[in-house]
Amino acid sequence: MIHKTVAELSVALRQKAISSVELAQAFLDRINKYKDLNAFITVDAEKTLAQAKTADACLAAGKAGPLTGIPIAQKDIFCADGWLTTCGSKILSNFVAPYDATTIEKFNAAGAVCLGKTNMDEFAMGSSNETSFYGPVKNPWDTSTVPGGSSGGSAAAVAARLSPAATGTDTGGSIRQPAALTNLTGLKPSYGRVSRYGMIAFASSLDQGGPMARTAEDAAMLLNVMAGFDPRDSTSVEEPVPDYNKDLNRDIKGLRIGLPKEYFSAGLSKDVGNVIEAAIAEYKKLGARVVEVSLPNSNLAIPCYYVLAPAEASSNLSRFDGVRYGYRAKDYTDLLDMYCKTRAEGFGAEVKRRIMIGAYALSAGYYDAYYLKAQQLRRLIAEDFKKAFSSCDVIMGPTSPTTAFKIGAKSDDPVAMYLSDIYTISVNLAGLPGMSIPAGFAADGLPVGLQLIGRYFDESRLLNVSHRYQQVTDWHKRIPKGFN
Amino acid sequence: MVTCALHSHPVNETAMSLDREQVRKIAHLARLHITEPEATAYAETLSRILGLIEQMNAVDTTGVAPMAHPNDAGLRLREDTVTEIDQRDKFQKIAPAVEAGLYLVPKVIE
Repeated sequence: MIHKTVAELSVALRQKAISSVELAQAFLDRINKYKDLNAFITVDAEKTLAQAKTADACLAAGKAGPLTGIPIAQKDIFCADGWLTTCGSKILSNFVAPYDATTIEKFNAAGAVCLGKTNMDEFAMGSSNETSFYGPVKNPWDTSTVPGGSSGGSAAAVAARLSPAATGTDTGGSIRQPAALTNLTGLKPSYGRVSRYGMIAFASSLDQGGPMARTAEDAAMLLNVMAGFDPRDSTSVEEPVPDYNKDLNRDIKGLRIGLPKEYFSAGLSKDVGNVIEAAIAEYKKLGARVVEVSLPNSNLAIPCYYVLAPAEASSNLSRFDGVRYGYRAKDYTDLLDMYCKTRAEGFGAEVKRRIMIGAYALSAGYYDAYYLKAQQLRRLIAEDFKKAFSSCDVIMGPTSPTTAFKIGAKSDDPVAMYLSDIYTISVNLAGLPGMSIPAGFAADGLPVGLQLIGRYFDESRLLNVSHRYQQVTDWHKRIPKGFN
Repeated sequence: MVTCALHSHPVNETAMSLDREQVRKIAHLARLHITEPEATAYAETLSRILGLIEQMNAVDTTGVAPMAHPNDAGLRLREDTVTEIDQRDKFQKIAPAVEAGLYLVPKVIE
């Protein structure tokens, strides 16, 4: 049962081959058995099983939707009423959310069962899950390596079959990069597609929640629940939600795949490059055509992002002051000292670095040189994509320049860590949808992800293009050794 | 030295640097208490991050309209009606210190 996809489990639940309570218990047992992976921050069997029991009642009454009774692991960035919600930080180590994020509310309404809250880089700031206050997560493919980040706990959980699927969030690659490093299918929707309400904010003009699953079909099922307009999110887009499962099987003959020459230059690990080329060759067999495109400003995406994201973060994280919720320092002399000590003790080093970079970039005298300049570059980067999409339907390339790296290899060097997201960041800056799907394995035996980038609101096509590939390949079905 | 696929230039780690005094000032703006050894360490790492950021200057952006947001649409308006219920007690239950419905902080007015 634990190896079945969400789509298969949905059928099994309806046919009463298994109950939701049995399913939830099976996964809870596995979470406990593999707790050394550190994939979860909070597990609450009582809450999970109560939800499963309700789902079984709905199934028995014939009132079930496609996700009724399906266990889903939720990234600990989503507020869930009554659940400890830490965002990977000490400053929220005692924060029991008093309300549901829209994403949680929607999964609840769909009858899905919350399996627990997954580990993550603190405030989603990281590419390895090593900045979590709750310790690093291990990659099931090689437990001496990182699962990627920031949605590292969700990635490890799904890869190790501790959950059939999970949610993630992606500000600069935090769904796609961990999906690539753990052999999953991860989708970052277009900006505005999934509500950000109750999703703890990092960089509000970049953050998007999305599904992490084993197949494109499962990702589509989750996105069907997550997507949609939400009046509580001021940047939510009022655009009808298609049925993402409907066009999965559409023929992709004649599909024009754009390959940005900048994504295949020196520096991309040769090993990863070979796997990507083989995947493109597979697409040609399916009838797709390849065109070369150019994203000339993509080398500026990282510098641009490391102004904009910290600037937004420094503003968003100013709310953590030890007054209304969360951690408060024990010893202080006055109000200012209480703020400063609370924040100094509550935030980890990477979060502090980004808050300070942001505060500096926004400070008097530096605004034009940093923030404004970065916003202008953002426009150039977005326009590069617009131009590229005039000659292709989908852009493909590597998700990450390397396979999973060793725990500790980059944790002392923030700049080296930032470069892990070199191929994913520009997609967030432009607000486009992006996916990573399993494309094979490098010589080190670790998975490689193929990135697909689509036009604004073209998630259906990305899912279709991914699904067709998964019909003729079996990379996504591989299971890490020791997790059968 | 860090190099990667998309970097036409190696990361310039010396272009812009912050000293300890500047770091202390930024930390104050960000309401972060930092110790002297921390100020020294942050001066080094933040300077390296700024070195990465300086690569932005390689491109002339004169006349380019800044992009704040992926969707350029303006903010939505809504009807001026009550949509939320009062949940003060629930929300205050998780606060570090409250009394009579008020959040408690150290005295600010003598």
